[in-house]
Amino acid sequence: MKLVTFRLFLLLLIAASALTGSAFADEARPDVSGLGSEDLAEVTRAIVSIGKSSSPEAIEILSALEAGQIERDSARRVFLRKESGELVPLTGGSPEGTTKKVTLNNVARRTLGETLARLSLTASDVNVRRAAAERLADQPDPETVEFIRSLVEAEKDAKTKGFMDLAIAKVDLRSPDRARRLAAAKAIIASEDISLVAELKAIVGKGPNSYIEPDPEVRREFSRALSTVERRIVKINAISNTIYGLSLGSVLLLAALGLAITFGLMRVINMAHGEMLMLGAYATFFVRERLVAIGPEITEWYLLFAIPFAFAVTFGAGVLLERLVIRHLYGRPLETLLATWGLSLILIQAVRLVFGAQNVAVANPEWLSGGFELMPALVVPYSRIAVLLFTAIVVLFVAYILRGTSIGLRVRSVTQNRETAAALGIPTRRVDTLTFGLGSGLAGLGGVALSQLGNVGPELGQQHIIDSFVVVVLGGVGNILGTVIAGFGLGIANKLLEPSVGAVLGKIFLLVILILFIQIRPQGLFAQKGRAAESA
Amino acid sequence: MVTETLTAPPSSPPAARREKSSDRPSPRKVSDERAQQIREKRKKALLCVDDISVSFDGFKALTDLTLILDKGELRCIIGPNGAGKTTLMDVMTGKTKPDKGSVFFLDELENLTGLSEHEIARRGIGRKFQRPTVFPQHTARENIELALKTNKGVLASLFGRYTAADKERVDQTLEEVGLKDERTRLAGTLAHGQKQWLEIGMLLAQDPQVLLVDEPIAGMTHQEVERTAELLRRLTPAHTVVVIEHDMDFVRSIATDVVTVLHEGKLLSEGPMDTVQADPRVIEVYLGE
Amino acid sequence: MKSRLLEIHGPRGWAIWGALMIIFAFIVPSLVPEQYALILGKYCCFAMVALAVDLVWGFAGILSLGHCLFFALGGYAMGMYLLRSVGTSGVYRSELPDFMVFLDWKELPWFWRGFDNFWFALSMAVLVPGFVGFVFGYFAFRSRIKGVYFSIITQALTYAAMLLFFRNETGFGGNNGLTDFKTMYGYSLRDPSTKAFLFSLSVIALGLAYLSCRFLVTSKYGAVLRAVRDDEPKTRFTGYNTLNYKWFAWTFSTMLCGIAGALYVPQVGIINPSEMQPSNSIEAVIWVATGGRGTLLGPILGAFLVSGSKSVLTAAVPDLWLFFLGALFVVVTLLLPRGIAGLAQGPLRKKAHGH
Repeated sequence: MKLVTFRLFLLLLIAASALTGSAFADEARPDVSGLGSEDLAEVTRAIVSIGKSSSPEAIEILSALEAGQIERDSARRVFLRKESGELVPLTGGSPEGTTKKVTLNNVARRTLGETLARLSLTASDVNVRRAAAERLADQPDPETVEFIRSLVEAEKDAKTKGFMDLAIAKVDLRSPDRARRLAAAKAIIASEDISLVAELKAIVGKGPNSYIEPDPEVRREFSRALSTVERRIVKINAISNTIYGLSLGSVLLLAALGLAITFGLMRVINMAHGEMLMLGAYATFFVRERLVAIGPEITEWYLLFAIPFAFAVTFGAGVLLERLVIRHLYGRPLETLLATWGLSLILIQAVRLVFGAQNVAVANPEWLSGGFELMPALVVPYSRIAVLLFTAIVVLFVAYILRGTSIGLRVRSVTQNRETAAALGIPTRRVDTLTFGLGSGLAGLGGVALSQLGNVGPELGQQHIIDSFVVVVLGGVGNILGTVIAGFGLGIANKLLEPSVGAVLGKIFLLVILILFIQIRPQGLFAQKGRAAESA
Repeated sequence: MVTETLTAPPSSPPAARREKSSDRPSPRKVSDERAQQIREKRKKALLCVDDISVSFDGFKALTDLTLILDKGELRCIIGPNGAGKTTLMDVMTGKTKPDKGSVFFLDELENLTGLSEHEIARRGIGRKFQRPTVFPQHTARENIELALKTNKGVLASLFGRYTAADKERVDQTLEEVGLKDERTRLAGTLAHGQKQWLEIGMLLAQDPQVLLVDEPIAGMTHQEVERTAELLRRLTPAHTVVVIEHDMDFVRSIATDVVTVLHEGKLLSEGPMDTVQADPRVIEVYLGE
Repeated sequence: MKSRLLEIHGPRGWAIWGALMIIFAFIVPSLVPEQYALILGKYCCFAMVALAVDLVWGFAGILSLGHCLFFALGGYAMGMYLLRSVGTSGVYRSELPDFMVFLDWKELPWFWRGFDNFWFALSMAVLVPGFVGFVFGYFAFRSRIKGVYFSIITQALTYAAMLLFFRNETGFGGNNGLTDFKTMYGYSLRDPSTKAFLFSLSVIALGLAYLSCRFLVTSKYGAVLRAVRDDEPKTRFTGYNTLNYKWFAWTFSTMLCGIAGALYVPQVGIINPSEMQPSNSIEAVIWVATGGRGTLLGPILGAFLVSGSKSVLTAAVPDLWLFFLGALFVVVTLLLPRGIAGLAQGPLRKKAHGH
């Protein structure tokens, strides 16, 4: 259903651009006055006559009629209601009284569909033809198909022809004519259209006492078509699972990246790390709420403000946390775990009191809503793509900070040998604080990303903390590359398991795998061996 | 484990399996053929490190190292930093599994490779760490008791008690290392030197056949160094002692038998102290630093 | 062995223990009102969990963030018995427990068989948590997972179990768990005398749990366990198979939790998967930390104090309880690392090393 509206939208786009472009040259306009009639028979006749006119505008007007954009006033004058709300007169004069949408009955609608199909399939613009053919292939009806049959040989554009073949095939599936059925099967194989899977399954199957498709050769061809289509479905599922897995992985990664720094590099386990995600998400919520009060134009760009704000808030929280608590617990990892758990309880409760215990929604900005049609039947939401890109940027940013800056050099030196670093004059305590702030800030950025994918609640962090620990452990402690691979790997594995075993069992399955995995590689996927690992 | 020559024994499965779960000695073949070969070549041999290689992430810590210890010998192993001395000890005590090669206990003609630390310890290889490692929250006496050579299984420790003979051995050991008056103190509160002695006392109570001592004099006063040297000499020939050290003066003062020089994970030179010191390769390595 | 058992306390210790048992098990129930006895009975179960956590954390250095899983498993075993003994007097008057009728199940799943028998259920309440702990412990200790890794994995374990038990298909009543119990061993659970009996039983169980832990930690085994806690590699080089030492303590501890759970369920009348949520296990850890780990009386005291505060605060100022609990975590770890017991012992025994 979504797909239909999507295609309709495309068609309208083409139509609308043509409408504004041609600016309605009067001499070429077909006679549309019949559309203003209340007699539907007359409307139908008008549709036919518009279809017969050679006017280039005929398609646009009929498409608008189909989309319910043609209106008439009490004097039977006809108008076009544009997207902006403006009324364009098609028969001259300004509207008298209120205008009403021209409504159609079944006969008129079928006539309109046929006329429109014929017009657009014979249009000179290949894009118009292609869009029309695609629409027809989606929902073909037997009458138009006869007409398509007459056009298909002459069609030059391969894609358009493919759609036309598919439209014919859908109607011919159960045709009494063996040749037509055979052709239908071949057309389906060529098109790989997945909407026919149930139909094909029925056809190759057995009826009450015999095969539904009597001819063995045709049946074989239909079986081939079925397996082609099924392969196609498997492929689409695999791709979509991979994409959603990557998207889940990027969330896990954003959550785990900060953890890999605080836990991996500093050996500090921060159970309040999840709450940094939560704070980042609420910071986004907060920024958006503030900007809504200022104006819609600026709200559209709230993420630009939210990203630095969320980073600043969580960075600050991290610095405070390190200074007040964690600093006093270095070398006592279990105590750190408990103290930070306590802090997470406090943070959750505080957020509950300030923002309420209910989840809040952070609306995507306009430019992130909607999606991108990767292939037929597979739409990827823009927000997921954006989160993936954002994650990539953050990972590069972290890699740059750790590898390419003097701060990173200090962090790494303190990580590797605290005493020597201190002896070399590196302010180890300041480095600790900064590193911790950075790790927390990264979680804050993760929170911004999470706010774009779902609702935000006080328990947001709790939902992600265990998964992020799993990622860090799998990736090998302190190994950023390992964390990246583990994050995406876990995300994809999760999504691949979900359809077959269900979300809950999938999760349990992964945890069991983790426990078994640690049996074999206690140091993670990308183990650092040798002295450094031994002292860990 | 059947091999014809002394050079290429098949390597045992490396690091994957870390520990055997059982308390019983594993059902490995006690009379290992390879061990028998070595024993026949050298009657006095007690412990043999046979063609060992260990690498960490491509870094070769030990390469094709072979080392034979005789019964009752005091062996010094020297070498610059990174020569592989500590790795060698880790291999001998089961902490690190070698990529290739084996460790044989020739008394029982037994292959020790693949055994875990406690199994090797129970067979009579004791280890003293570089830093004094004692159990800080136990009293000095409890530390010795824990080390005492008794049944160390879970059930025995649950229901067993120390016999009069055990108690006497503990007292004796405390006396020997000069900690009799400190016996009720928590080990963590002892002075650095006292901890060293307590650890040595624990090793004595363990009564090992082979004693591995890692840099025994690190952080000791001059007086303590002398006492340590004397103790190490006294331990032989009742025990076989391996001392790892890079303090050449100290080595000279205790090295009565063979000295082994390691360099970059390989055997550089072996022989009496004088010979080793005159070896041009040894001089180059030490002067080259 | 017999004399080792007697040796775990001096004469005075035994006298105090006996006196406390008599007072709490036999005198207190007749003095305090019914609802307080119920609360105290619950706390006794919590205190047993605290002992179990302390045995592995305080004495072996293994911090479990998943002990409530074992508690809940014991509780479920008992809950299954209690639900079976409802018989046909449930809402649907069926042979099957109500939730199964509701889910349209036709017969009892195989793992529910035998739970009509009290003694079978009781032994399952000990053996099932013990078995889970035994298997998990083997894998975890064998691969030398320790410190925070171990803690995180135990947390993941209880989390996974919670998700599993939330599913209706798992067969333990899903979201709602097991509830609406009526009788236990033929006695009505509503009867005040049954309640008083359960309370006395909890007190005695706690007393015995204490004794068994005391037996463990005062033996040579206890000395080795503390050695493992302070320096595991050294303990191994001393000739101890630390895997077995930890494994034993761990399994014992999980069984103790199972017993606590089995006693808890008939008193509160319900068991559901939320008992397994990770935060419960961490709360058990804070009982131990507050009371003082590495001692046996401390955790018992901690369980009573913290749970008591929870009962009071959640009733009086519900919004503040989490702040209080959170602050308790921070304050205890920062300022009172040895808990209340540490305060009582005074400032001796400065921690000698920091690994």
